[in-house]
Amino acid sequence: MDPRLITAIIVLVGVPATVIGYVFLVEQVLRLVPGKRQAAVRPWLWLLPALLFLFVFLVYPTINTIVLSFENKFQKEFVGLDNYVYFFTNPNTLISLRNNIIWLVLLTFLTVGGGLIIAILVDRVRYESIAKSVVFVPLAISFVGAAIIWKFMYDYQPPGHPQTGLLNAGVAALGFPPITWIQDAPLNTIALIIVAAWTWTGFCMVILSAALKGISAELLEAARVDGATEIQVFRAITFPLLLPTVAVVSTTMIITALKAFDIVYVMTSGNYDTNVIANQMYKELFTNSQPGRASAIAVILLLLIIPIMAINIRRFRQQEAIR
Amino acid sequence: MEDSFVRRRRLVVGLVASVLVVGACSSGGATTAPSAEASAAPSAEASTGGESAAPSTGGQLGGTVSVIGTWTGSEQDSFMAMVAPWEQQTGAKVQYTGTRDINAVLSTGVQSGLLPDLAGLPGPGQMAEYYQAGALKALDDTLDVSTYKSQTSPGLVDLGTIGGKITGIFIKADIKGLFWYNKDVYKAGDPTSYDDLLAKGKQTAASIGGDAKTFCIGLESGAATGWPATDWIEGFVLHQSGPDVYDKWIAGQQKWSSPEIKQAFQSFGDAVANAFGGSKNVLATNFVASGDHLFSNPPGCVFVNHATFITDAFQKTGGAKPDQFDFFPFPDINTAFSGAVEGSGDLFGMFNDTPQAKSLIAYLATPEAQSIWVGRGGALSANSAVTNYPSDILKKAASDLAGAKIFRFDASDNMPQAMNDAFFKAIVDYTQDPSKLDSVLSNLDSVQSSAYGG
Repeated sequence: MDPRLITAIIVLVGVPATVIGYVFLVEQVLRLVPGKRQAAVRPWLWLLPALLFLFVFLVYPTINTIVLSFENKFQKEFVGLDNYVYFFTNPNTLISLRNNIIWLVLLTFLTVGGGLIIAILVDRVRYESIAKSVVFVPLAISFVGAAIIWKFMYDYQPPGHPQTGLLNAGVAALGFPPITWIQDAPLNTIALIIVAAWTWTGFCMVILSAALKGISAELLEAARVDGATEIQVFRAITFPLLLPTVAVVSTTMIITALKAFDIVYVMTSGNYDTNVIANQMYKELFTNSQPGRASAIAVILLLLIIPIMAINIRRFRQQEAIR
Repeated sequence: MEDSFVRRRRLVVGLVASVLVVGACSSGGATTAPSAEASAAPSAEASTGGESAAPSTGGQLGGTVSVIGTWTGSEQDSFMAMVAPWEQQTGAKVQYTGTRDINAVLSTGVQSGLLPDLAGLPGPGQMAEYYQAGALKALDDTLDVSTYKSQTSPGLVDLGTIGGKITGIFIKADIKGLFWYNKDVYKAGDPTSYDDLLAKGKQTAASIGGDAKTFCIGLESGAATGWPATDWIEGFVLHQSGPDVYDKWIAGQQKWSSPEIKQAFQSFGDAVANAFGGSKNVLATNFVASGDHLFSNPPGCVFVNHATFITDAFQKTGGAKPDQFDFFPFPDINTAFSGAVEGSGDLFGMFNDTPQAKSLIAYLATPEAQSIWVGRGGALSANSAVTNYPSDILKKAASDLAGAKIFRFDASDNMPQAMNDAFFKAIVDYTQDPSKLDSVLSNLDSVQSSAYGG
């Protein structure tokens, strides 16, 4: 039999068996605990596997990364803050940092703004589901796939020759010289962000659209009966009610922007001043064999994401409290 | 109300739990799969009655060999054709994965231990790293060493040897820095010097008219964009300044800002200035398509500088007829280094010495195997017993390879990865803006000082 099939069977049978076995084990252990304490001990025993997984796959790697970020490339000597100094003094990494900020602002703006507009506009048309599907479909395409598709869109041929890229074909049809979309900074970073926006706008739209459907129709009806215009309804009722969702979607997009890697790697590989932090991290680790520097970049990325996550979690708790 | 929230929260807990279970499954799967294969291998050997792992075992070997290489597309087809007779003879299967990211795959694999049985190695430098890390197996017990040495040129044997142990064999070899032309367009004969090449190229381009230029250059290659120009610059270094400077340059003892290397960059910059479509097009064109405009109507250029592998692309993407193109080797610049040839080879090594892997790599070194790829075109064999070149061009290239007075391997491939990568990026930056040359070279100097540090 194919060894993969055996593995699959082991996993399918073994994992539930282990889980059930663990439950039995916990109950056996609990019998040894005096009756009063059982209630206090039980949740911890049940949580134990999850906490172990969390520790092995999240806490330990994070701590190890932080330790590595203070070590040299051979992981033997402590070099203090050298790796961080390198990050903040090397022109290439500074360009990456700048580009990530552009990504963060522009990608969030394009996807959330675009998603919101589309969600509201298609909310009351008959062909809503078709329109939403069209916008949503690119999300099913991986970043690498999208990057390759858009590489063809941005294709360049010398002036006077047939343009095979869609955008340059349009430019040439209007009588202008073709543009090297992915070579000319800062246009190229925007061109890359558009690729990401193309894939993620559908995601924002779907979530915002769902939130929109959740707004009680009576509320809107009451406002209209009172003589509010559509714009007033949107500004005073719809948008404030959508705000928590907008915040959640924006957080997701900010994190997506900070993680941006695939599109840059495939389309420019960080050339032409388009590098981003994640690609820089990959290069330091795999091409330059500098685990210390790569870890320092990872820690910086983590530090950038923590405040966003903190805001998000606080907002989430506030909402829970209201409920 | 309250009820539905409790239910929702339970659902979330359930989801988290199932995600954790899935996580556990996938990590479990990844670790158990290779061990299952590993335990299957010895039993397969037992069933053959402990026969030797020579390719003549005939039908009983079975099992699989995982292979990772850089070949994709038509090169992958050629490799699969090469292993097909072995698969038929032994009943074993080759599971091939082609990737241009082989560096990342193998360096991660060396750390995690999850490695393919056989792999194409990025270069002799990485081969030494993997061997010293204990991941790569020596091949002395696997190959018929005396036959291998008698059929392979000593330069190639040496490159695959570390401390007297054979650790890598060459599946195929290539010579670089050839200037290709369309026989219908360029008829002025082999140039006697590089200056003669420039003069004749300019003359021919002028006679074509339009926006035709002397060269076609294509540097785009995904994450490795810029590499085709390393061959140009290496050719200039070798022919302008000779093999000693070239060797010091590889070893990190020649500054990039030194006059020798700077001169080579400038000569490449002049070629870009004389290239079809200018620097923008040079950077936007994929290297595979770089020769297409040799054969367009009207032609866009006179010469393309590439290794022999490009003939495959001439016919497949350029639409050239098999006898429509020819080449001459990199012409002399300094006559003291006349007859210098730069070449490369596809090194292949073994990470897991399963009987199947040993049998396959022994087979791949034989002239029978190598003649299959050679017969399909686009490759020169490292094995001198292979003679079935499908065209006069390859026969000519093979004789140039054998008759080179000075032979040097690709310099960038033999530099540390960080240096190599910085070289690619420097080429892109310099091509885009030639006025940046000094800052590009001083940046390379600073990479050099850290990349070679033990």
